[in-house]
Amino acid sequence: MKVRDIQSEFNLEIAAGSKGLDREVTDGYCGDLLSDVMANAGPGDIWLTMQSHQNILAVAVLKELAAIVLVNGHRPDEDTKARADKEGIPVLLSPGSSYPLAGRLFAAGIKKKQE
Amino acid sequence: MVSNIIKEFRIEAKDFIHAGESSIEIRRILKSMGLDADITQRVSICAYEAEMNVVMHGGNGIISMILDETGVILEVMDKGPGIDDINLALTEGFTTAGEEVQQMGFGAGMGLPNIIRNADYFKIYSETAKGAYLIMCFWLTNTIRRECSGRLFAAWNNNRHDGVG
Repeated sequence: MKVRDIQSEFNLEIAAGSKGLDREVTDGYCGDLLSDVMANAGPGDIWLTMQSHQNILAVAVLKELAAIVLVNGHRPDEDTKARADKEGIPVLLSPGSSYPLAGRLFAAGIKKKQE
Repeated sequence: MVSNIIKEFRIEAKDFIHAGESSIEIRRILKSMGLDADITQRVSICAYEAEMNVVMHGGNGIISMILDETGVILEVMDKGPGIDDINLALTEGFTTAGEEVQQMGFGAGMGLPNIIRNADYFKIYSETAKGAYLIMCFWLTNTIRRECSGRLFAAWNNNRHDGVG
């Protein structure tokens, strides 16, 4: 499933990085500790987090993540948006928390790792 | 056969804006050289963690990457306050990062443990008020498991922190 399909299906606002909407999403990860995401997220993941500063883009690039979703109504600052546009990694926004969105993504078949 | 590449990047203390860019550039070089994806991923993780440590704790520093036919060698040195107790610093969850940094999701005490898990060879030296020096090696073949010496250690040890490249 592409980032574009998820964005449309779950009605997520696009904050930045729209040129990456055709990136393929194969799995997902939730986390707010950057080292935890560096250790445990994988290529193609959609990353749900409340961190909105621009270093999340460095993590996303290094781990080849498909997209970032800022949850709980967090919004990126201008620097974060500029970095997302430069790297072509979509930053989407969800007003709700990680848990229900992750559940819905999982139910929609976004899962690669075995439970 | 991979031709030798040596790259050096400066890391500025407390520069959270550009933090991670050296690691991204290292990853880009390794990908462009067609290096094995698993090693590229492990190098990326270690470079990022070491780079963030310098940004958070270290004072200014240098990260160096050497790529040759045996693998990748990362060296990171800084002129920060140093690590008081290295064994404690290697313990999962131990951190001296401030609250503000932790709220940004950094300083979870996972950096050095992540490096240990991902590097084939790792060694750290530190003295109080002298800073820290890390060397991390990633071998291209499973059969090679050797000690590794870096080219920056002498510079760090002699308090010459401007690098040699």
